[in-house]
Amino acid sequence: MSVLVNKDSKVIVQGFTGGEGTFHAGQMIEYGTNVVGGVTPGKGGQTHLEKPVFNTVKDAVDKAGADVSVIFVPPAFAADAIMEAAEAGIKVIVCITEGIPTEDMVKVKEYLKGRDARLVGPNCPGVITPGEAKVGIMPGFIHEKGRVGIVSRSGTLTYEAVDQLTKAGLGQTTALGIGGDPIIGTTTRDAVELFMNDPETEGIVMIGEIGGNMEADAAYWIKEHGNKPVVSFIAGATAPKGRTMGHAGAIIGGKSDTAEAKKEILTDCGIHVVDSPAQIGAKMLELLR
Amino acid sequence: MNLHEYQGKSILKGYGVSVPFGIVASSPEEAFEAAKEIQKKTGFDKWAVKAQIHAGGRGKGGGVKIAKTLDEVKRYADEIIGMMLVTPQTKKEGKLVSRVLVEQNIYYPGPEDVEEYYMSILLNRDQGQNMLMYSPRGGMNIEQVAEEAPEEIFHELIDPKVGLTGFQARRIAFNLGLSGVAFKEMVKFVAALYKAYTGADASLFEINPIIKAADGRVYAADAKVVIDNNALYRHKDIADMRDLAEEDPTEVEASRFDLNFVKLDGNVGCMVNGAGLAMATMDMIKMSGGDPANFLDVGGTADAKRVEEAFRIILKDENVKAILVNIFGGIVRCDRVAQGIVDAYNNIGDISVPIIVRLQGTNAEEGKKLIDDSGLKVHSAILLQEAAQLVNEVVG
Repeated sequence: MSVLVNKDSKVIVQGFTGGEGTFHAGQMIEYGTNVVGGVTPGKGGQTHLEKPVFNTVKDAVDKAGADVSVIFVPPAFAADAIMEAAEAGIKVIVCITEGIPTEDMVKVKEYLKGRDARLVGPNCPGVITPGEAKVGIMPGFIHEKGRVGIVSRSGTLTYEAVDQLTKAGLGQTTALGIGGDPIIGTTTRDAVELFMNDPETEGIVMIGEIGGNMEADAAYWIKEHGNKPVVSFIAGATAPKGRTMGHAGAIIGGKSDTAEAKKEILTDCGIHVVDSPAQIGAKMLELLR
Repeated sequence: MNLHEYQGKSILKGYGVSVPFGIVASSPEEAFEAAKEIQKKTGFDKWAVKAQIHAGGRGKGGGVKIAKTLDEVKRYADEIIGMMLVTPQTKKEGKLVSRVLVEQNIYYPGPEDVEEYYMSILLNRDQGQNMLMYSPRGGMNIEQVAEEAPEEIFHELIDPKVGLTGFQARRIAFNLGLSGVAFKEMVKFVAALYKAYTGADASLFEINPIIKAADGRVYAADAKVVIDNNALYRHKDIADMRDLAEEDPTEVEASRFDLNFVKLDGNVGCMVNGAGLAMATMDMIKMSGGDPANFLDVGGTADAKRVEEAFRIILKDENVKAILVNIFGGIVRCDRVAQGIVDAYNNIGDISVPIIVRLQGTNAEEGKKLIDDSGLKVHSAILLQEAAQLVNEVVG
């Protein structure tokens, strides 16, 4: 078991024939992901990376049975690409694109309400279930099939945690990068719920950062419903107030945005908070031994 | 992107939001002429002269004056332009004022009392919707209101499908205690304000205060406007309003190279790929007994040229006593990054501070070997914990 993607996922790539899309689609196929084709409007009927290209997501769903999409479309068109995927019946939409205007995402969020589609991202590294499917831009080789689920707002910091878990012999069930923007689809709490309900996941690593209430929201849920150990690191204890730290969503406005406030809530809710990112793997090993 | 008050107000005005008539001036003479023009257009014979810098609390530092004569306008403009204005939001040395906004003075006498209100529009991240926040307690710090009288802060969540509704606009006006002319004015004001917010792709509007003048008219007396950087591509006119003089010069230079850089006050510089890992690296520096001198995300392509640019930018800061490079190689190979570091080091020539390089991920061992064999004064590490210890040895 795993969450969101597995060996049976039929993945399409939106923005398939572009530079980013081509490179990462190639990497995904090489990893063994079941990529059934891609979408580039106007290039339908062509073949790219030995896979069919479709004009619309609807075509890809009808003709190739796609149920997962990964989006590499430029920021100005990415919101539309997400809505197209949802309308076409894609179940899991992973948006890698960074730099989508917030106002566009407000509309996307509204559009997705009541639809049977889960958005991951935007501005995220994607989702990987080791040994089964890599839907995103993460380096596949650092992952190993295992026992721990990871949810994170960051890319390279996730790789760091993955690497520590692999070296500790724990491996991962699924690693889920949810993205660093102010408005994202799947939240920390959503991801934690998925992992709590996944029988193969024995422990959860929750990586957060300054800005927003997602980690606190997840923590309160865990306090109420949690049945597995959760290790957490919150980045940005040294970040100044009022400045955006790389991720559009990583900004301290009020007190509840700070790493300190979040750590306090998490600790109160029974989560194992580590102060250094170097301790994530060791802490989880200690808890799962 | 932050805007000056006069720029923000010009955007508001474009959407029909009521703002005082004003003209920006960069010399006392221009201010004098501006005041004359305002008098001609509005008949007003008193003016506000307001320093234009990207920081609040300008009045407290002497950056806002009310002039009763044209000569006073000139005198105040002369005092304010060129001053280092210190406010609770600036650094202690203050900020150089290059321009003033001259406006009709809206605190004029009349049948009613002048009132001040607070209003802001921002994203409610939990709901993924915009939110209008307002209070009858204007003209003071909203955080202070939140502590003293939280019941006097109101919110309206805005449904993106329909925007701000008529009943919400009326509720706002009622909650602010308005009636008559002022009520109608406020309903119009908030509707226009919300249109401006979405139309300009703003990420924050803070109007503090909104003034209900003595004749019941409503004005945005101040305007803090922040625009979503990601949306600037569709607002060229607003993008052109960027004032580089308001930003840290090193940050401006970094942005030219597409390096995501934020200057801090510590003694250990850092260069990292990825924003989350960069923040985590800063935190680790602190835990190891140092203080981060910056946030720097070099992004996905940490080649020799970018590494060199990043080194040069970090080294501009005289407080930097060591530099930590922390790269997790995914798609980027660590041996490439290592070669980039060696080349950059040699190109710069004389780097006098110790450098700690931690490479992990694709080809990490090869990368470490390349650094170790280079003969440079560079400490190398593979595990994050090792890097932390090295920082501690160097500065702790």
